[in-house]
Amino acid sequence: MAYLKGIWAGFNRYRYLLLNLVSRDIKVKYRRSALGVVWSVLNPLLMMLVQYLVFNNLFGMGNAENMQINAISGQPPNFAIYLLSGQLIFSFFSEATNLAMDSVLGSASLIKKVYIPKYIFPLEKVIFSFVNALFSLIALIIVFIFTKSTVSAWLALFWVPMVLLFIFNLGAGLILSALTVFFRDIKHFYGVVLTALNFLTPIFYTESIFMGKSGFIEQYMPLVLRMNPVYWYVSMFRRLVVYSMPPTLSQWIGCIGWAFVALVLGLAIFKKAQDRFILYV
Amino acid sequence: MAQPIVQIDGVSMRFNIAKEKVDSFKEWFIRKAKGQLRFEEFFAVKDVSLTIEAGDVYGLVGLNGSGKSTLLKIVAGVLKPTTGKCTVRGTVAPLIELGAGFDAELTGRENVYLNGTVLGMNPKYIDQHYQDIVEFAELGEFMDVAVKNYSSGMVARLAFAVATITKPDVLICDEILSVGDFLFQQKCEVRMRELMSGGTTVLIVSHDIEQIERLCNKAAWMRRGKIVIDGSCEEVCEAYKTGAQEMRERE
Repeated sequence: MAYLKGIWAGFNRYRYLLLNLVSRDIKVKYRRSALGVVWSVLNPLLMMLVQYLVFNNLFGMGNAENMQINAISGQPPNFAIYLLSGQLIFSFFSEATNLAMDSVLGSASLIKKVYIPKYIFPLEKVIFSFVNALFSLIALIIVFIFTKSTVSAWLALFWVPMVLLFIFNLGAGLILSALTVFFRDIKHFYGVVLTALNFLTPIFYTESIFMGKSGFIEQYMPLVLRMNPVYWYVSMFRRLVVYSMPPTLSQWIGCIGWAFVALVLGLAIFKKAQDRFILYV
Repeated sequence: MAQPIVQIDGVSMRFNIAKEKVDSFKEWFIRKAKGQLRFEEFFAVKDVSLTIEAGDVYGLVGLNGSGKSTLLKIVAGVLKPTTGKCTVRGTVAPLIELGAGFDAELTGRENVYLNGTVLGMNPKYIDQHYQDIVEFAELGEFMDVAVKNYSSGMVARLAFAVATITKPDVLICDEILSVGDFLFQQKCEVRMRELMSGGTTVLIVSHDIEQIERLCNKAAWMRRGKIVIDGSCEEVCEAYKTGAQEMRERE
């Protein structure tokens, strides 16, 4: 109890630092750009546009028969919505974990001179990415209006998968940031992992493309996808926002389970490693 | 008698000096398997015990590499000692390297808030003292300029102004009174004296032995991670001035 109280007192004292670091990141990100924070909305929109042109027109991924049906309209959702929703969740994951990974090393000058609870650094990066993801939601709203897509009351729960992913990102970020201090290789390796995870998440394709195929890889693909934690957050988000349906039980278990496992592991590893950071940064 | 504000009990700080740097997984596993993960041990601070009472102005003297800065970092909570225990009863403001928390892209004003919160201050508190900080740093017209365009003296002045705006229980100074021109140095000393008269306990590392004699009431002389002598400032400074030279010659 006294231990938890100590952690809370520390957090309370440094919560303004957390806010200041997040606002610093936002300011520095858009300093000297003419459009400034508008880029947070414009960037996902343009990215989506490029992917739309490539995957819809070139590869025909946006075929209506590949899509699940929206529960209310009885129609498959617009491919633009499908793309953007997946992209939004995946970029939150990749940006948060990537930034968190470098956060402790990047704050070496501070860590060496002042006492600050070390978890502040990965936590700050995850919050910063969360704020970015919230800005990107505006892009999603714009596309919703533009394509006159159907929404339901389930849309109101859009934040649930995002908050659960926040917890997962924090756990993963704690693990990555702690290990990177001791093994810089992780930095280089993680880029490959992110690309692999990107392809193992149905962002520009639908799961149904594996249906009815007899090839060895196609047979096991749905199973492989389900081992990817990001898959669960994307599918829960889409279920609420794109398909107007309540999340399934396995989505709940997948999202909460991964978040819990990542956070517990992350806290344990970080706590064990943090006193030795200073000797390696 | 009241409890001492800083209590250092048998503190040692060991660093492993890797002879060859191992920072890839492959290398590490190979060496671990072969049992070749050997380091040279180096004690920057070895079995040091010190007691500092509230209100003391404590000077640490010693040659380069004697462990003074390491000891300060342990008191500041930046380093965790390998063995032993360091207890500080109260808030600590470290002036170890000025401007450590500054972001070069941000303006002076933004950095005041960032650096203040790095030191654990409340933004409201910084609001109230913002004018004092600007006046002390003499940077009135430059506060909205990015810090990357500041001169090094300007950065140091701003950092000192932010760090000393609170009245911490313990103030830790590592060679920082040598920043800026002589006028600003005098100003810093005045500010330090104000803090001391307000009851702040101060720990100073300096190579300027006259400065130590002028400011401190107690001191300790460190040599190779150990305390040679501690006690009243005059005694220690006297011993250090004569002793350090002798020891060097004997070697």
